Amino acid sequence: MAAVLFEKASRIYPGSPHPAVDNLDLQIDDGEFLVLVGPSGCGKSTTLRMLAGLEPIDGGSVFIGTTDVTMLPPRERDIAMVFQSYALYPHMTVGENIGFHLKVKRLPKDEIKKRVLQAAEILDLVPYLERKPAKLSGGQRQRVAMGRAIVRQPQVFLMDEPLSNLDAKLRVSTRTQIAALQRRLGVTTVYVTHDQVEAMTMGDRVAVLRDGILQQCATPRDLFTRPLNTFVAGFIGSPSMNMLPCVVDGDLGRFGTLQLPLTPSQRTALTTDKVTIGVRPEALKMASSDDETKGLAVTILTVEELGSDAFLYCTPVDHPQMSVVARAEGLSSARPGSTVMLVPDLAALHVFDTATGDRLAE
Amino acid sequence: MVELGKTFLQAAIGIGAFLAIILLIYGLTTLLRGRAKERAQIFPFLGFAVIFLIVGLAIPAIRTIITSFYTNKGGTGLNVDTYIGLKNYRQIFADPKTRMTLLNNLWWVILGTGFSVGVGLIVARTADNMKNERLWKTLIFLPTVISMVGAGIIWRFILTKSSDPKHEFGLLNSLTGVFGAKPRAWLLQQQNYLPGLPHVNTSLLIIVFVWIQAGFCTTVLSAAVKGVPDSLGEAGRIDGATEFQVFRKITIPYVMPTIIAVTTTTIIAVLKVFDIVQSMTGGNYNTNVLANEMFDKAIPQNRPGYGSALAVILFVVVVPVVILNLRSQRRARELG
Repeated sequence: MAAVLFEKASRIYPGSPHPAVDNLDLQIDDGEFLVLVGPSGCGKSTTLRMLAGLEPIDGGSVFIGTTDVTMLPPRERDIAMVFQSYALYPHMTVGENIGFHLKVKRLPKDEIKKRVLQAAEILDLVPYLERKPAKLSGGQRQRVAMGRAIVRQPQVFLMDEPLSNLDAKLRVSTRTQIAALQRRLGVTTVYVTHDQVEAMTMGDRVAVLRDGILQQCATPRDLFTRPLNTFVAGFIGSPSMNMLPCVVDGDLGRFGTLQLPLTPSQRTALTTDKVTIGVRPEALKMASSDDETKGLAVTILTVEELGSDAFLYCTPVDHPQMSVVARAEGLSSARPGSTVMLVPDLAALHVFDTATGDRLAE
Repeated sequence: MVELGKTFLQAAIGIGAFLAIILLIYGLTTLLRGRAKERAQIFPFLGFAVIFLIVGLAIPAIRTIITSFYTNKGGTGLNVDTYIGLKNYRQIFADPKTRMTLLNNLWWVILGTGFSVGVGLIVARTADNMKNERLWKTLIFLPTVISMVGAGIIWRFILTKSSDPKHEFGLLNSLTGVFGAKPRAWLLQQQNYLPGLPHVNTSLLIIVFVWIQAGFCTTVLSAAVKGVPDSLGEAGRIDGATEFQVFRKITIPYVMPTIIAVTTTTIIAVLKVFDIVQSMTGGNYNTNVLANEMFDKAIPQNRPGYGSALAVILFVVVVPVVILNLRSQRRARELG
């Protein structure tokens, strides 16, 4: 087990003008579960493959523990990886798949057998040890891929979207199992996903990437409550945060009839007179009749009824080209076509400089 | 000119008549109803293929087996009339030269197949994702399109030690000459460099075959190697395997059904080798192989019975290889 450190690590694919991973600085603590998340093409898989040694590092360096592994081949890095496709060896049985690393390391046969059995017990794979991967279900294959990783007791686990080939229900239960297993084994884990729910539920910390650049690396809670820029704010949370383009007027940001307060430090930090104020759907409530004047008049387009709560997809009366999402009580009385007032929770506003996209601290 | 025209006319009439018959039969079947119609309509399409298989393959094969039990009275062509039981076979195995021929065939199978498939596999793996991969593969594939007789003639030029003072010796002698070696008549070299190995001249004939066959093996194996998912090799590397271990323990098992198919195809091609030997040494100087012996006996020496017996032996040797091939294909399908 060891910490992982990326130091100004870059990867530029031949023939591409932009780096796939650009000057990445990232410290992952010993035993930590770090999730790399971002839209497709953001460089999260490339980052993982750079750590694995499957992708050359064109600039900077990567450390596992105190060892500089930048130039080391994968087999000398003491890492284990779970692939999206599982990459099970089709001609080997489950037992041989799990024990392949130990066999390559020339461990004694009974030692291999013992450790394979241990791993199989943890993952409920004992009855399938003699089967070939082709005769297993998707969930079982996924567990074999996990078994191949845990049998090694490596410095770092790398997981590249290991749940994306499972059906929705199995994905949720496996998600919990993997997180619990990681905590039990205490092995530093880097986990790649494009699914923000996986990221938020599994990670000790989550690193959000975009176009090869690290946007923010923080605990799920921090990421949600204090996103550092408009990209992270929009990426984390579902439905996405509403981004209201406001004009600065004294110590207020104005969006239509809505007036949102700015702190003095936010005003001085602004580079232009434009500010983007983010409001999560859950911080946007339908107004009761007496505070109607403080809100934003919107027309409800559709109501997404989820039972426990409902999402209202609306368009502001003054800005018909924009859309705003608000959360309402479940089994809501709101009807499409009607006009209502939405009032933001002033304590849950996110203020960003429109020019730079960066968060303006209170 | 008139003769040529006549030939074409005859061919055209023949083909026309054949098509007319098929159309006629097909037309007649449309008069039928229900299942009978369905069955009858199979005939014009499948029936002729079956007839050609029977006439062109099954009957000659059976006839060859029958012929191998007969001798001809030194008459003309394929006239055979005296039943002599297994005498042809006994003669074949009694002939001291047959031992050499069978031994040569064994070396052809081992070395010819081994090197063709081995070279094919190595080139397929090393050329994979290399710069100019297509160029290398095209170069190695080129000889495959040359006829074996053509290849034999080309290589005879390379290996020759001619008495013509202008072209005194071929390319190989020129090359060895650079190192001070005396020119040799390579195809007459019946010694072996290491005891147990085949004669030098037979080895050279096998090289010609490998030169031709390796291209085919490379092409087929290369497609198979490309079919191995990248992630398998990556998983292997992360699991601690060296490049060679990845190749041996992951790539080769993955493409094993293809290796078996290529190997059996090549073994069958090797056992049928005749043209290279015929065009380079004529089977002399202890380079004879079964297929060439069969031709020599059946046609120039006018002993169809004896030749047929050799053909049957060749057939018996090939059968297990074909069975192995079919089995492996079935297993590959099951693994899916």
